[in-house]
Amino acid sequence: MLVTKYVITSPESNILPSDIAMKIYGSKHDVTVKETCMGVTINGEESVIDEVVKEIRSLDPAGIFIKDRGFPPGDPRRCRGRRGGGARPGFYMIESECKILPMISRALAAEGDVPSLPEKKRPLPPGRLEEIVKEGLS
Amino acid sequence: MAKVIVYPPTSMILSDLVSRMGHKALVVPEAVRNLVTESKIQSPPLNMTPEEPKKGLRYAAVDVPSGVRGRMSLIGPIIEESEAAIIVEDPGWLTGCSGCSRTNELVRLLIRTKGIPVLDLSYPTNDDEARVFVQKIRSFLEGLN
Repeated sequence: MLVTKYVITSPESNILPSDIAMKIYGSKHDVTVKETCMGVTINGEESVIDEVVKEIRSLDPAGIFIKDRGFPPGDPRRCRGRRGGGARPGFYMIESECKILPMISRALAAEGDVPSLPEKKRPLPPGRLEEIVKEGLS
Repeated sequence: MAKVIVYPPTSMILSDLVSRMGHKALVVPEAVRNLVTESKIQSPPLNMTPEEPKKGLRYAAVDVPSGVRGRMSLIGPIIEESEAAIIVEDPGWLTGCSGCSRTNELVRLLIRTKGIPVLDLSYPTNDDEARVFVQKIRSFLEGLN
């Protein structure tokens, strides 16, 4: 079965989308590659794509992220060139998540103890609120 | 290897973390792929057939907006298939498949009432939170093995 995946690089990664594309072009795999602004889109047989993904991840294990995509690359139903411009709906989610990718990359690469965070304030449980009301009215 | 549903169901970060830790992330694009790449397309662009609204009706009543039922026809079967879930609080940027607030409420409800292990998180806003975020996901997924 043909599958499509996004390979997205963290903004702080030293790997460029063109590096990933060249790596795939230079490999023996039969995969379609399309460069995009945030990474590359790859399309091919599932088993081949799984191998390619492993090879690409090895370029920067903490800085490269993979996401499934439903439509094949260049599909006229999603390609903005055929739709008269504008980003496709899924782009906004990727764009937003890209902003926090550097933090996730650093967290993946970090070793040692995880810092303890101050506990966030939680809303008052309804049971406790009920008790307070009863105490106030008695 | 467990099948883990992630919320938002289109999240790149969550699906990547689940996959890189050796589990299968259940995501909407996979369900979309089955519809759009079907060789015998009956109803372009998404190949919605009369079967899809029927699937949606299993999760939402007929008087519920069609957008909810349509989305549930994709997300509902994924929820049924899931063995664990990671839910990240609504970040305010959901679009497309996950751009309907009522569907998102229903999805979260169905996941919670299914009785599978659920990890609740918020998107990190600084490095310390990001490390805790990744660590919690790692521990949760290791616990599924």
